[in-house]
Amino acid sequence: MLVLIVRRLFQLVLLLFGISFIVFMSMFIAPGDPAAIIAGPTASASDLEAIRASMGLDKPVLVQYLDYLAGVLHGDFGYSYQTGQSVSDAIISRFPNTFKLAVASMIVAMAIGIFAGIISAIKHNSWIDFSSTTIALLGVSIPNFWLGAMLILVFAVNLQILPVGGLSYSIFSLEGIKELVLPAITLGTASAALIARMSRSSMLEVIQSDYIRTAKAKGVKKRSIVWVHALRNAMIPVITIIGIDFGALLGGTVITEQVFAINGVGRLMIDAIAARDFPIIQGTVLLVAAIFVVVNLIIDIIYALIDPRISYD
Amino acid sequence: MKNLLEVENLKVNFRTKKERLRAVRGISFSLKKGETLCIVGESGCGKSITSLSIIGLLPSNGEIAEGSIKLDGNELLGKTENELEIMRGNEISMIFQEPMTALNPTFTIGFQLREPLMIHKKMSKKEATKKSIELLEKVGIPNPVEKLRQFPHELSGGMRQRVMIAMALACEPSLLLADEPTTALDVTIQAQILELMDELKRQMGMGVVFVTHDMGVVAEIADRVMVMYAGEVVEIGDVDRIFNHPQHPYTKGLLGAVPNVDDEEHHLNIIPGSMPNLDDEISGCRFHPRCPYAMDICRKKNPTTFQVTSSHQSKCWLQEVTDVDRLHTTS
Repeated sequence: MLVLIVRRLFQLVLLLFGISFIVFMSMFIAPGDPAAIIAGPTASASDLEAIRASMGLDKPVLVQYLDYLAGVLHGDFGYSYQTGQSVSDAIISRFPNTFKLAVASMIVAMAIGIFAGIISAIKHNSWIDFSSTTIALLGVSIPNFWLGAMLILVFAVNLQILPVGGLSYSIFSLEGIKELVLPAITLGTASAALIARMSRSSMLEVIQSDYIRTAKAKGVKKRSIVWVHALRNAMIPVITIIGIDFGALLGGTVITEQVFAINGVGRLMIDAIAARDFPIIQGTVLLVAAIFVVVNLIIDIIYALIDPRISYD
Repeated sequence: MKNLLEVENLKVNFRTKKERLRAVRGISFSLKKGETLCIVGESGCGKSITSLSIIGLLPSNGEIAEGSIKLDGNELLGKTENELEIMRGNEISMIFQEPMTALNPTFTIGFQLREPLMIHKKMSKKEATKKSIELLEKVGIPNPVEKLRQFPHELSGGMRQRVMIAMALACEPSLLLADEPTTALDVTIQAQILELMDELKRQMGMGVVFVTHDMGVVAEIADRVMVMYAGEVVEIGDVDRIFNHPQHPYTKGLLGAVPNVDDEEHHLNIIPGSMPNLDDEISGCRFHPRCPYAMDICRKKNPTTFQVTSSHQSKCWLQEVTDVDRLHTTS
């Protein structure tokens, strides 16, 4: 297990090198001059020249990249072209919102998805199965921005029982939880639908297996056959889906953040791309890559905990 | 002696989209305490379905259409799922063919072995662990304490089947159903497992229904043999009667198809053709298209079951002919 963790972290470092290089180079190829954006439309050629010189933009690309890397190794990810804020500060101020939202959405997704999937597997081909499969299909198909807008319209505008407009309270307060409900449902339903479909097919396969028949032959109660004997085996493929989804959610969710006016990593990245704010883009991309590697590592560790046949030594 | 298990006129159907398939077509047999009954026949003859019917674990599209299954005089058909759960693993146990897949891969041997004890005997975890160690010793597993903490994939096929046996016998059932428990094992392991089952049967005095298609296994452990063909019992009798005086042409065919290494002249007889599908309707005797002795009556009328001796029955018209012959010679 330890070997796995060390190996993965080593891979992560290599990966981050590669990604930073690719992102750095692609920003050079991309149209748009950051100096012009910083200086504004009225700046003269000499102003631009001065800005470039002060930011090191006049040096050769490779030298700029190495300067950047040297900074990163000292924990300095650069400063935003737009606000002058340091990249790490910008990300640190946004990431908690994204993290809260991702965790809350995943809780919604898992609670609904796993439960619905298992119920439709054990009642398979009944009306319960049929309706849950249909709802799951709807959940996958409905676009986030529409669902988010509808939820706002119903619960925030008409019924006025839930707030909307950013995450501003502590998660440990009632307001903090209430303001998370609508965005979490919006984001959670799509994942829930996927998890439900996966749980259903996985569960169906497991309850027809030999060891479930053995458990029945021992006289184990039906409920404990489903929720003890079958669940653990059925969850193995579902965890893969959960991991991928969770990684994606942690990388920021542009549309939902936009709809609910949440200051998260997704919006930070999109705004930075629009403004050619290279240091912020670079920083957020590296963050997303690191999150994916770490989440995958955690998933692999969970695999080994659930399925004793998996061993990394 | 009183019968432990009495099956009468058992009919099992399978629903498919199109029709109803008759997998078991009205079979009757009984089993005494301490007796091993082997059910033999080719794949698809209904032998596994018969054993699954007894423990109430038919696949979801299977249903018992008619008949009666009594354990110790107690009717099992019509019992609720709750009542059956209390009996399963407690009074009736079952061992299956595939030791590689029959144990849950994500739980320890200890968890799976303790389960029937904690459910049926209401033991605490500690008591169940103690009993589990005894059980593993009984089925000849070395280092039982360590094995309890291991997972099924860490054990060999033979060891897993021993665990299955320990699990099935944990609550000392009166009836053990074994569905080809040795088919997936090496021949040497097979012999050990058969010996173990026979010994435990003697110790516990339970009745065993042993499903197999291997005549070698039958010779090894059976007290009585029931031969099934296409959902019907064609012959049933004591093991030495079946091996030395088989009456039904199908039984003769099965015995003729067993290779004999001692006799170099021995010619392997193959039963021509293959078993009919469940939905094939055959007039008269269901075996007549493959039977070398088929007569006119065999094509027209399904034979009744003839009593060869008091404990030996054959479902074949040839029996009537020999009975009539015997009548003629005696009169």
